[in-house]
Amino acid sequence: MVVALLALIPLVYVAVYTVIIGPVELWQLVVRPRILELLRNTVTLAVACMAATALLGVALAVLVERTDLPARRLWHGLLVAPLAVPAFVNGYAWISLDRSIQGFGGAFLVITLSYYPLVYLPAVAALRGLDPALEEASWSLGHSRWQTFARVVLPQLRPALLGGVLLVGLHLLAEFGALALLRFPTFTTAIYDQYGSTFNGSAATAMAGVLVMLCLFLLLAELRLRGSRHYARIGHGAARLSEPARLRALRWPLVALVAGLVALAVGVPAYALVHWLVVGSSTEFPLGELLAATGSTVALAGAGAIATTLAALPVAWLAVRHRNRVSTLVERSTYIANALPGIVVGLALVVASLRLVPVIYQSALLLVVAYAILFLPRAVVTVRSGLEQAPIVLDHVAQSLGSGPITTARRVTLPLIAPSLGAGAALVFLAISTELTATLMLSPIGTRTLATEFWSASSELRYGAAAPYALLLVLISVPATLLLMRQERLTP
Amino acid sequence: MSALTITKVRKAFTDTVALDDVSLHVPHGSLTAVLGPSGCGKTTLLRLIAGFLAPDAGTIAFDDRVVAGAGRPVPPQDRKVGYVPQEGALFPHLDVAGNIGFGLPRAERVGDRIDEMLDLVELPRSFRSRQPHELSGGQQQRVALARALAPGPTVVLLDEPFSSLDASLRESTGRAVARALRAAHATGLLVTHDQSEALSLADQVAVLREGRLIQAGSPADVYLTPHDPELARFVGGATSLEGRAGAGSTATCALGTVTLTHPASADDVVLVIRPDQVVLDTAGVDAHVDEVSFYGHDAAIRLTVGGAALVARVSGPSAPAAGDSVRISVRGAVHAYPAPVRD
Repeated sequence: MVVALLALIPLVYVAVYTVIIGPVELWQLVVRPRILELLRNTVTLAVACMAATALLGVALAVLVERTDLPARRLWHGLLVAPLAVPAFVNGYAWISLDRSIQGFGGAFLVITLSYYPLVYLPAVAALRGLDPALEEASWSLGHSRWQTFARVVLPQLRPALLGGVLLVGLHLLAEFGALALLRFPTFTTAIYDQYGSTFNGSAATAMAGVLVMLCLFLLLAELRLRGSRHYARIGHGAARLSEPARLRALRWPLVALVAGLVALAVGVPAYALVHWLVVGSSTEFPLGELLAATGSTVALAGAGAIATTLAALPVAWLAVRHRNRVSTLVERSTYIANALPGIVVGLALVVASLRLVPVIYQSALLLVVAYAILFLPRAVVTVRSGLEQAPIVLDHVAQSLGSGPITTARRVTLPLIAPSLGAGAALVFLAISTELTATLMLSPIGTRTLATEFWSASSELRYGAAAPYALLLVLISVPATLLLMRQERLTP
Repeated sequence: MSALTITKVRKAFTDTVALDDVSLHVPHGSLTAVLGPSGCGKTTLLRLIAGFLAPDAGTIAFDDRVVAGAGRPVPPQDRKVGYVPQEGALFPHLDVAGNIGFGLPRAERVGDRIDEMLDLVELPRSFRSRQPHELSGGQQQRVALARALAPGPTVVLLDEPFSSLDASLRESTGRAVARALRAAHATGLLVTHDQSEALSLADQVAVLREGRLIQAGSPADVYLTPHDPELARFVGGATSLEGRAGAGSTATCALGTVTLTHPASADDVVLVIRPDQVVLDTAGVDAHVDEVSFYGHDAAIRLTVGGAALVARVSGPSAPAAGDSVRISVRGAVHAYPAPVRD
């Protein structure tokens, strides 16, 4: 319960604030040309990027999973690789190489290249999980491959596609670093500017309110579209792959297309990093500062990971073992909090801490709380799947063999969920290491992490100085990406 | 090992009564099968005995020790019940020896007890260090039984332990489990929906239907003198025919005059006829063969006799073909029940 309440602080904050400043002033704050411009920017970018990632993600997934594209395993690895490059590092790579890449076009390009794996990965998993018998049944009923794809496969991909696109939308609404670098103002960047320059609480909060509405709208839209239809796999089917479609003459042109995409999504950031590391005039290797930044990143991420995983344990436990309205509500509320951008969480915690417990303002504790709110769902999902591997019947067996509840937890449940606790903590650790927005807002004065150091260098156009930090950020993200790929493979 | 006595147990959930007024005695060292269709309350009964649930009324006692129904129920870990769930539920993080030794005191977990238990369930001792996923379904069940028996439980509860095994394995594993239970002089309760499993393995069969105990007795009792026509259909696959009571212990029906096990207690009766009682007999009445299911050693044939449907089991080689006309008669005495009163 405490965890859920904590997770809901940002939402409550926005709601309360809206009530406090009253509808008239709120209306005046919202209906301003600036806000409308931001709204237009945010919505057009979101719609364009969601459409582009959906198209790209599904097309690539089908190409890699269901055709005779040469070297499919290699392409799969390369296509997922952008996940290891934080979007703000990607934005840095593009704009540092070519100053003309900015505004809507630049933002669209960078965001799409950074986020399409969020659709691609679940689509691949869904394609692998499909019972080939479904397609075979469709063929036997006289449908061609294309008809089968449109009428059988695509509808089955719907949950994966919607889930992926929703993630793209939420990530985009929360994205700060890349869009700030590319000089494309959206609500998130505007809130940060407002907060940083004038500390204008009401204006920032009014914008945060609009941003939250956009996030909730996305969540609701996804729920509506997904509907109550069941996408169950009926029967076990055989664990076999369906025969890949032959690309024939299209084979090499498609390879060239995929290779081109990989070059843009992975090649450009890699080239930019190498370029700035090797030839950049402002490149320096301040070893001491690098170590210090790595140290504080590891310390913060470690504390955040432990706190988040510990908070996730009771939520997951209730959701799995004591399924009822309250536990479902608790679990869902943590997910809603996750849909809120880091900027809103940061803003809410700044105000809440100043009003309620001023002592912890500007403390590492507050930052850790923000991390826990932001990344709780990742830990809950992982811990939950672990708990599902430890069904209640094992507890019953242990009890009948004379173990009390504590002994049962020690000898049965904990050993079984230990791997998932570790995986959850690792995921959160890596997510925190590359988190930028909340860290910028909430970190105690003088705290330097890899992300903040990278940010201060690149926003001052010292691209060479930013490069070593960018490299470390990418290296830190690699294991998380591998972990995520493994999870996708495991979940049916 | 103790005798298990269940007295007038009742258990209701928010919307259903799972068990109502159930009493059952399982003598020391014997195996009782609780037989019933899914949803009849048999798993609830098991969970009440194990202590995962508490009864609303009634008592459960191991010998003279009341574990539920008198004051605070004894928690599961203090009941010393051996529990063998569906599909075994072996601890996936422990090997075979770790699983079998789970309920033993720390000092005994490494000793000869593990080997003894493996011998008891007829598994090779080399299996000690196998992981659960390296075992077949039947082997997992045997390890689960060994794990339940190792600490010397008061009662062993088996919850549909063979339902996930395929037919041939089900029978051999069932017999091995029954042998191991007898060798351990264990008091056992086996929950199943499979009547042949219940009849072939148990000393006593207790039939549950819609939360009530319909009949408890030896397998032969339940098979030969079922409590009502529905039970006759469920346990023996019997078909029922309408008939009229005749003189003495006889009745007339579509098959002519048949002998009854007891004089009928009403004029209109329902006769239940097991498939093994129907024989091909040139001196019998005419019947039409609708359908034949040929199993090899025998065959089930569905017949129409004077407008009534009947099932017969005949030896495979002599089975007629669908569409044939045959003559049949009934062998042995038939059980008669008063016909339900019509409105």
